[in-house]
Amino acid sequence: MSILVYTESENGKFKKAALEVVSYAKAVADQMGTSVTAVAVNADNAETLGNYGASKVLSIKDESLNSFNAKKYAAAIEGAAKNEDAKVVVISASANSKYLAPLLAVGLEAGYVSNVIAVPSSVSPFTVKHSAFTNKAFANTEITTDVKIVGLSNNSFGLVETEGSATVEDFSPSIPESGVKVESVDKATDKVSIADAEIVVSGGRGLKGPENWGMVEELAEVLGAATACSKPVSDLGWRPHSEHVGQTGKPVASNLYIAIGISGAIQHLAGINSSKVKVVINTDPEAPFFKAADYGVVGDAFEVVPKLIEKLKAFKAANA
Amino acid sequence: MKILVCISHVPDTTSKINFTEGDTKFDTSGVQYVINPNDEFGLTRAMWFKEKQGASVDVVNVGGAETEPTLRKALAIGADSAIRVNTEATDGYSVAKQLAKVVNDGGYDLVIAGRESIDYNGAMVPGMLAGIIGANFVANCISLEVDGTNVKAVREIDGGKETVSTTLPLVIGGQKGLVEESDLRIPNMRGIMMARKKPLTVVEPADANAETKAVSFEKPAPKGAVKLVEADNIDELVNLLHNEAKVI
Repeated sequence: MSILVYTESENGKFKKAALEVVSYAKAVADQMGTSVTAVAVNADNAETLGNYGASKVLSIKDESLNSFNAKKYAAAIEGAAKNEDAKVVVISASANSKYLAPLLAVGLEAGYVSNVIAVPSSVSPFTVKHSAFTNKAFANTEITTDVKIVGLSNNSFGLVETEGSATVEDFSPSIPESGVKVESVDKATDKVSIADAEIVVSGGRGLKGPENWGMVEELAEVLGAATACSKPVSDLGWRPHSEHVGQTGKPVASNLYIAIGISGAIQHLAGINSSKVKVVINTDPEAPFFKAADYGVVGDAFEVVPKLIEKLKAFKAANA
Repeated sequence: MKILVCISHVPDTTSKINFTEGDTKFDTSGVQYVINPNDEFGLTRAMWFKEKQGASVDVVNVGGAETEPTLRKALAIGADSAIRVNTEATDGYSVAKQLAKVVNDGGYDLVIAGRESIDYNGAMVPGMLAGIIGANFVANCISLEVDGTNVKAVREIDGGKETVSTTLPLVIGGQKGLVEESDLRIPNMRGIMMARKKPLTVVEPADANAETKAVSFEKPAPKGAVKLVEADNIDELVNLLHNEAKVI
């Protein structure tokens, strides 16, 4: 009766969110007096999950799982959960994990809560805290089924290294056919995605035009950050839709969110509110974003941002 | 093609979020309700299928009588008929179970739901529905083309997008991109008048158990005032982010 955690990888390498969900699962396992089993698909170096608290890894190597398929992956995790008689399954908040989770919940007849931000406040009854109302409130929700699925918000728990080690076992669950086939993937491979990023640098209409995004990208590069934009910017076609963050765009839960030339419409703030630290740079001191931000600079982005880039480069050089 | 669009009845984005009864219930007083934005993109795409491909479009909500104005609005936008499953929406799974019965009874080919609702943000109903009825499922769907029973869809993924092929019957979790904001339709007077005459059928709920139970709600701790840094003192901002916020 261990806790099962699904650890996502890309090209064989574990994603940071995978290490975070293992760290979280370890904390839950300690609460419940049990251990953590991870399930990994086509991942290299599965034993490294031991450094974050897994005692066992079920390693699936299957060519039919080379490209992500929600139904097949849900079946693989379901097989692992049944194999381990797991009562709690932990997944991340990545697009793929959120895609497979409801299918997994039906397969396991498990209650599922997403956007969880903390370890259970109680394990009997099993109660978790999660964001709701587009980050304007939190709900404490009890999962009443025998098997429970917890979807952890990215960057909400952090990585916790331990001294442990994990044994790796080959695992071959039965994988069903799926009626959904991937034809092509269009993905920037050289950039950090908004979901994976610890820092997000976002630009708004205050930047006046797409030709001025060079400094946003340079700032992001210095910080190892993802770039994002407000809705008007993507509506105007200055930046791709995939960068639009806010209520109808992508949600952001980064450790640091830097908003440049974004006034802070309520729909925008709703999407980025779960970021831990927010910085706003805007010429208008009355911009609503200043009420939501932790740090603010009232000033012209075209002067402030290049200065910030210069200072950060110096800071990085001094702390390298 | 028979299309069912799932309509979630949600507080408008600008609503104040408060709780009553010892923080166990959402406070609905003074709250304006709207069609969930993700569902509205899907409904508008469904209207395209109706107008260009002769599809029929029904809308459904699981909820009490108070959700009917939201269904009427969907009818005014152009849906043919509406169904309300007469029970309180308690959790994602029980709603998916209710919808599964509506889909099976109505023989729908395509179910369009929103990626998530803007109140509970669970992002689970469309996937659970697909799992229960055994239909194909595409989440975070930003483009949808149907030719006979063949479907081409685009899904937003972390850092990009993915094009998939699949077949009906299909459930999607849709979002902006299915249509653009500028394509959304504001009901006109004729639409509103016609909507009054369109059928809104109330069906009694199926047997469905909830798997989760909201115990209590809380609001975030009030945020301290923003710390302003002078534009000519950016060293201080770097210092604060490093030493105080500890994020760089």
